[in-house]
Amino acid sequence: MTNTDSKIKLDIKKIQLDFPILSREVRNNRKLIYLDSAATSQKPQVVIDAQNNFYETINSGVHRGAYYLAELATDAHEHAREIIASFVNIKPDQLVFTKNATESLNLLSYSFLNATLKAKYGTDVDKRLILNPGDEILVSELEHHANLVPWQELCLKTGAILKWIPITEQGILDYSKIESLINPKTKIVSVSHMSNVLGSITDIALVGKAAKSVGAFFFIDACQSVPHMPVDFSKLGADAIAWSGHKMLGPLGIGLLAATEELLEIMPPFISGGSMIETVSMQKSTFTKAPKKFEAGTPPAAEAVGLGAAVEYLQKIGMENVHNHERHLTKLMVEGLKNIEGVTIYGPTDDQDRGSTVSFALNGLHPHDVGQVLDDMGIAVRVGNHCARPIMDKLKVQSTTRASTYIYNDDSDIQALLEGIDEVFRFFGSK
Amino acid sequence: MQLSNMYQEVILDHYKTPRGKGLQSPFGGEAHHVNPTCGDEITVRVLLSDDGKTIKKISYDSTGCSISQASASIMFEQVDGKSIDEFDKASNEFLAMMQSKGNFEPNEDLLGDGISMIGVAQYPARIKCALLSWMAAKDAIIRANGDK
Repeated sequence: MTNTDSKIKLDIKKIQLDFPILSREVRNNRKLIYLDSAATSQKPQVVIDAQNNFYETINSGVHRGAYYLAELATDAHEHAREIIASFVNIKPDQLVFTKNATESLNLLSYSFLNATLKAKYGTDVDKRLILNPGDEILVSELEHHANLVPWQELCLKTGAILKWIPITEQGILDYSKIESLINPKTKIVSVSHMSNVLGSITDIALVGKAAKSVGAFFFIDACQSVPHMPVDFSKLGADAIAWSGHKMLGPLGIGLLAATEELLEIMPPFISGGSMIETVSMQKSTFTKAPKKFEAGTPPAAEAVGLGAAVEYLQKIGMENVHNHERHLTKLMVEGLKNIEGVTIYGPTDDQDRGSTVSFALNGLHPHDVGQVLDDMGIAVRVGNHCARPIMDKLKVQSTTRASTYIYNDDSDIQALLEGIDEVFRFFGSK
Repeated sequence: MQLSNMYQEVILDHYKTPRGKGLQSPFGGEAHHVNPTCGDEITVRVLLSDDGKTIKKISYDSTGCSISQASASIMFEQVDGKSIDEFDKASNEFLAMMQSKGNFEPNEDLLGDGISMIGVAQYPARIKCALLSWMAAKDAIIRANGDK
């Protein structure tokens, strides 16, 4: 079913009909113009139906119970795992369901802490996961807090040192600095694939090669990339990638971790309890294999099934087509914003490959006020620091206004944004 | 346009020409408050009378949206030189107004230009912007009294 013809012209009007929320009115009976998909995407009817169908017809505990419904629910849950795993070209057992991408990244960071602590108290663990004071963890300056704070915390608990790759004026990693930042003490390199603020795309091959040259683990925050472009895990050279379901047309409450079989084998459990064990006595327990080793407790099965439907929906459109459509919208948006006097765009503005998340400022106006006037016209954009405060410091701004697109946005949405910005300037009399 | 309920002329005026902005010394208590979602920040300083019952001087410095900036300016006008009792009454009245969803008859004697913020109460995402300066002032007063 996968549509790989990159030249296909998508019927966006038809796609929009699949998303019931797009037909509702918002403030002042205005049509909703949703430009905040980098925060969370809207859901097509097939996803809502898949989730409802789970509750209406097969709801029961998965991986427990030998009765008919439990079998159906378990099958549906594991089938969703197969669909999502194939989407990023991994085996189903390489895919761990979590609550969200933040939890996926915490799973990784806690694996190092747990291994380090367990080793200290006599448990046999893989030495590559043990951190010693003075070991180094490398991130970048454009990380979302989710790929920064867990590593800061890990440093505080192990004595490791956090380093970061700076960003350039254009908002991309300053690759020339990597060589001086990476050394045999570097144990972990974790960077985002695409900035959730600036839309800039990281040269993963380059960073991954540097990480591997010193034997470090290489992780990727793929929250903004997997929903918007084709991503093949095997081609990234990463040990693990984390992303979330709700940003790719799926339900809230389900996140993902894809990892190499080796890493999943050596990492100790993160959250422990039921479903992740083999044998339990009052003295000790042994653990089952990945992915279930990392899925303690009753899993969000309906959410997994909903996400499976979302992935099938994206596969029918074809990720190349999604990416090309968004490239088109990004170009319209960036060119349009460039042509409005008094607008400053943050991040790449030339024709290089970039994501459809565009941050900007209206000179002299606070983003909160910008967002409020746009909202009055039915236009939903994000304002604030986008959970990436260090980028704000680098840009020397307090916050930005951010517009981001997805497959259901069309040229008229971008036009509405550009006209809306003119209206913002008029409203505050600053032009 | 409904939006003009929020952005009343008097608010935009305080935003464009803020009253009393700039930190002053000496002071007895200082508080720094941040709205983590939008990054708005304010520092408020207060100097109390020896008996701790009067705000001899209040000063502030802040960055943020029009609502938070205008609110700080209005707060300064209303409470500078007033008694703690008057501050508490004004601050409670302002909080009640902001939590009212707009169904409120604000007391102009207590709030002055602050009554113009009633429109903001209809926008839940902006209530914190309006409250930021008042909450910081409250904290600064508590700290100033704690040092006595």
